[in-house]
Amino acid sequence: MSVSVSLQVNGKAVHADVDARTLLVEFLRRDLALTGVHVGCDTAQCGACTVLVDGRAVKACNVLLAQVQNASVTTIEGIAAADGTLHPMQAAFKECHGLQCGFCTTGMVMSALDLVARHPRADEDTIRAELEGNLCRCTGYHNIVTAVKRGAAAMAG
Amino acid sequence: MYAFEYRQAHSVTEAAGMLGQTGGRALAGGQSLVAAMKLRLAQPGTLVDLGAIPDLKGIRRDGDNLVIGAMTRHAEVAVSPVVRDAIPALAGLAEGIGDRQVRNMGTLGGSIANNDPAADWPAGVLGLGAAVHTNRRTIPADAFFTAMYETALAPDELIVSVAFPLPRQAAYVKFPNPASRFALVGVFVARLADGSVRVAVTGASPSVFRSKPLEEALRGSFSAATARGVKIDPAGLSADLHGSPEYRAHLIAVLASRAVAALG
Amino acid sequence: MGASDAAVQSPLGQSILRKEDGRFLTGTGQFTDDVNAPRQTHAYFLRSPHAHANLRGIETARARAAPGVVAIYTAADLTNVNGLPCGWLITGTDGKPMNEPPHPVLAQGKVRYVGDPVALVVAETPHQAKDAAELIEVDYEPLPAVVNVRDALAPGAPALHEQAPGNRCYTWALGDRAAVDAAFAQAAHITRLDIVNNRLVPNAIEPRAALASYNRADDAYTLYVSNQNPHVERLLMTAFVLGLPEHKVRVIAPDVGGGFGSKIYLYPEETAMVWASKRAGRPIKWVADRSEAFLSDAHGRDHVTHAELALDAGGKFLALKVETTANMGAYLSTFASCIPTILYATLLAGQYTTPAIWCEVTAVFTNTAPVDAYRGAGRPEATYVVERIVHQAAVETGVAQDDLRRRNFIRTFPYQTPVALNYDIGDYDATLDGAMRMADVAGFAARQAQSRTRGKLRGIGYASYIEACGLAPSNVAGALGARAGLFEAGQVRVHPTGSVTVFTGSHSHGQGHETTFAQIVAARLGMPIENVDVVHGDTGRIPFGMGTYGSRSLSVGGTAIVKALDKIVAKGRKIAAHLLEAAEADIEFRDGKFSVAGTDRSKTFGEIALTAYVPHNYPLDKLEPGLDETAFYDPTNFTYPAGTHICEVEVDPDTGVVDVLAFTACDDFGTIVNPMIVEGQVHGGLAQGIGQALMEHCVYDRQTGQLLTGSLMDYALPRAHHLPAFKVGTQVTPCTHNPLGAKGCGEAGAIGAPAALMNAVMDALAPAGVRHLDMPASPHRVWQALRGAAA
Repeated sequence: MSVSVSLQVNGKAVHADVDARTLLVEFLRRDLALTGVHVGCDTAQCGACTVLVDGRAVKACNVLLAQVQNASVTTIEGIAAADGTLHPMQAAFKECHGLQCGFCTTGMVMSALDLVARHPRADEDTIRAELEGNLCRCTGYHNIVTAVKRGAAAMAG
Repeated sequence: MYAFEYRQAHSVTEAAGMLGQTGGRALAGGQSLVAAMKLRLAQPGTLVDLGAIPDLKGIRRDGDNLVIGAMTRHAEVAVSPVVRDAIPALAGLAEGIGDRQVRNMGTLGGSIANNDPAADWPAGVLGLGAAVHTNRRTIPADAFFTAMYETALAPDELIVSVAFPLPRQAAYVKFPNPASRFALVGVFVARLADGSVRVAVTGASPSVFRSKPLEEALRGSFSAATARGVKIDPAGLSADLHGSPEYRAHLIAVLASRAVAALG
Repeated sequence: MGASDAAVQSPLGQSILRKEDGRFLTGTGQFTDDVNAPRQTHAYFLRSPHAHANLRGIETARARAAPGVVAIYTAADLTNVNGLPCGWLITGTDGKPMNEPPHPVLAQGKVRYVGDPVALVVAETPHQAKDAAELIEVDYEPLPAVVNVRDALAPGAPALHEQAPGNRCYTWALGDRAAVDAAFAQAAHITRLDIVNNRLVPNAIEPRAALASYNRADDAYTLYVSNQNPHVERLLMTAFVLGLPEHKVRVIAPDVGGGFGSKIYLYPEETAMVWASKRAGRPIKWVADRSEAFLSDAHGRDHVTHAELALDAGGKFLALKVETTANMGAYLSTFASCIPTILYATLLAGQYTTPAIWCEVTAVFTNTAPVDAYRGAGRPEATYVVERIVHQAAVETGVAQDDLRRRNFIRTFPYQTPVALNYDIGDYDATLDGAMRMADVAGFAARQAQSRTRGKLRGIGYASYIEACGLAPSNVAGALGARAGLFEAGQVRVHPTGSVTVFTGSHSHGQGHETTFAQIVAARLGMPIENVDVVHGDTGRIPFGMGTYGSRSLSVGGTAIVKALDKIVAKGRKIAAHLLEAAEADIEFRDGKFSVAGTDRSKTFGEIALTAYVPHNYPLDKLEPGLDETAFYDPTNFTYPAGTHICEVEVDPDTGVVDVLAFTACDDFGTIVNPMIVEGQVHGGLAQGIGQALMEHCVYDRQTGQLLTGSLMDYALPRAHHLPAFKVGTQVTPCTHNPLGAKGCGEAGAIGAPAALMNAVMDALAPAGVRHLDMPASPHRVWQALRGAAA
């Protein structure tokens, strides 16, 4: 069956009639071409698909589109400034070499935003614990942790 | 995922009606159910989404009870000042579930209705002897969890809230499975207002259970050393790649002693 | 950095931020699943649920009638399609070539592992393909299965292949058995060790994916595939399997989300899809689920080894004897056969002067997924043997860990090992000293005492590893059985306005080539790196390439670019000589300028480029116009990165949890182009090495052959909180045989870390009486070991 869904994605109103089994991640990637949202697993373990739903990090591969009716969804494509200037967290990942292959990166950055919103001055242990839901196979996390710390400082201004 | 019919309910009555009519399944946060459907391990004909029912959400203190709405998300429980004040062990339990993304979606009601053998909430509910309020009745924790992935709930019965009696002291210690991060073993220890001791164990067997040997020993002498000295029988405990029954039996006593120590 | 700065400060050796990061950080990277073709269909592979079964029949009629189904193919349809080839021929101790049973693209007659592809379903949507696959009726006759090497070699074991009696692929040996036996007879002490190198699943976070299309207009195919070496993929697929003209297939590996070896190989899925794209007349896309990746990606490691080390009274190593049985899985994957032989036994000298070494390897077929190279590929296994037995020997002889290593270090170069390699250069004392300083070994005893007061067992472990990288001198590899060359190609195209596009056969799947290679070009040509773009991963744009693996990209691929740059500069000098009316020999090129020596007369690189493309005043009688040069580089030796890793752990005896408190790596990678990228590579390698030692373990059920660790719910990958902040440092002895002086850095972490960590765990557990523990040192296993020792 199809369901009718209205939501905001990266600040724009979106309305769609989709197969009920459409996952949020499928809708973002297939229908909105927001291919920065990645799928790395099928058991909601890797976090590559992380987006913000009403400001909270959520695994878009494990949520039906119908479940985010009327919600506001932010993806990696929606966080840089209108002129293309990177968000401070994006910039920090670049400055700290917090990414290699780039596949987990987008979800990692979105998780970092949720983390910093709650822990603006997170120390290393907190950052490592809070990144529980995001797997990276390239960096060994070392530079990701540094990047999150730096991004948080930059966001605090 | 197999095809299904999606319905959104706006009240508990409407949801129960939809479940009764269709024989479908209730969708709470979906962190276990959607995952199972994706792997084609579950194939409900109808999903009744409870996400838009305001009555199911919220946290409040009701006399000597902490009442948490079924659709309250783990992340909300974890940071709730009401919970932290009333039963801090539950805030800690909620904070240790899955990961941040899971806690942002997953709910108390969804977790205990699913009764995953390694879930954390069942230990808190059973450990505190909570009361599960449904749209029809109140089910005591001791009668709620019946078997692996099974509960006392009827097919069209919905959890509305869970009332946790305020204990004198409580603590939950979890030893996560290194892969799934569910509990390989989790032990919830509580000393209730009447002085009685309850110890609930999750992750170690097909369904959450109370450890009588630990409860009896701690009733005699409520100390970490006592808990550590209790010999748990491995018979009937789960075996998998990450832990033999003997290892789980050992961990139950270790974690129970750590829980008692954490009470201060 | 501006253009003027570039002139004064070479970008070589600078931690320049990565050019590729912008797209990855904004979600505009293009991975295979991000590419779509008009009218594309979706593939689903029906896989065997049995580890071993006769395939008596496949009934697809009901499935073909299912909604959305475009086509269904089985082995019966794949006429004129050969099996998948193995790229390396190993000759056994019996003088015979290895047993090389066919590896059909879709299962033929038999299935041999859980996940063996049986049918390809092509449908309009992924859901429809999966739904239809459930309607395919396969008549299996289950057979007994074997999943581990001991069971597979047992008398009467179920046989996988007619062509491999006793499930043997080969028994191969290297070294001088008689010399080893003689040395053992003289030994003052012999240390013996039985160890298992645990089976791993690579788990790049981007699952394998492919999109195959056929264009009737030019009778040509295009394959997008998440792959580390697209030219090799094309060569093997066209020439060996599908019989297609190589120039009619274009293979594009766009952004690739990690590989670690698992995306080197030619897999059945994309091969079947290329074939089917013409048959079905529609583009076909496939993206593996993670569960599918667990079943069907090539796995890594899986060795069982007995080793013996003979020492004299002074602690000098006299001889090393190693017997290893290696699990190949059900079929030979692309490079499977060379991993436990050529890339393993040759490394058993380690950093030591051990004069006699003998190693025998038996490779075995089992009912498991094929096993092939995974980060380090043979070298982690070798290091694990050498450094675990050296640790054990130090314990048994009462010599300090660092002292025993120092007593045996190689100190004169070049050094010919008894196992075929010729080390060109190194300084093993420097990396050991550096690591010990960084790890504060001097303070360990106090830290250990402090742990004890908290009831914790603290241990420290060393691994002084060596690897052979920069694969490889083609003639040497060929003599050892390689069925391919191992050179690399690079093309430098200077545009008329002076900017540069580099085409490289190396392929970045996270290594930052777009930046590192741009640094090399910018430094040589004296231009800002913004003026240099690097193109990789496309057989339609790049002359040729062998790809990225074996830490070869900089030392081999980078050198090919340097050689192309040599040609660019040489031609530029000729053009400049003409323009400046000077002798070519008098032209100097520095900081982006061609000058007449001893004068102020010069032409900028941009002026020379423009002249090459607008040849109005140009020596057309002597020189072609244009400035675009290609070079192929074949190395003359392997490179030998080496270093010492030191790990410090704390064990909780109550739970068996091993906490990695500190990890130090002091490595010698030769000359470094971008220290930031090198550090990142080390971090990532360490995480995978620590993962192997601490938690990763692929397990098949011994009776049923079912994969027990079939998802991330059961197979543990390291998360941020499992790992410490790493302490990383380098020492430099430049490689003597490539112009960059580079040795390679991508695999070192995964090579050194497992041994260092396990040695630390053994050190921690020794006071409790634990003498043996295999990886992974999971809480359950550590607890069992402690309990066993106490009993």
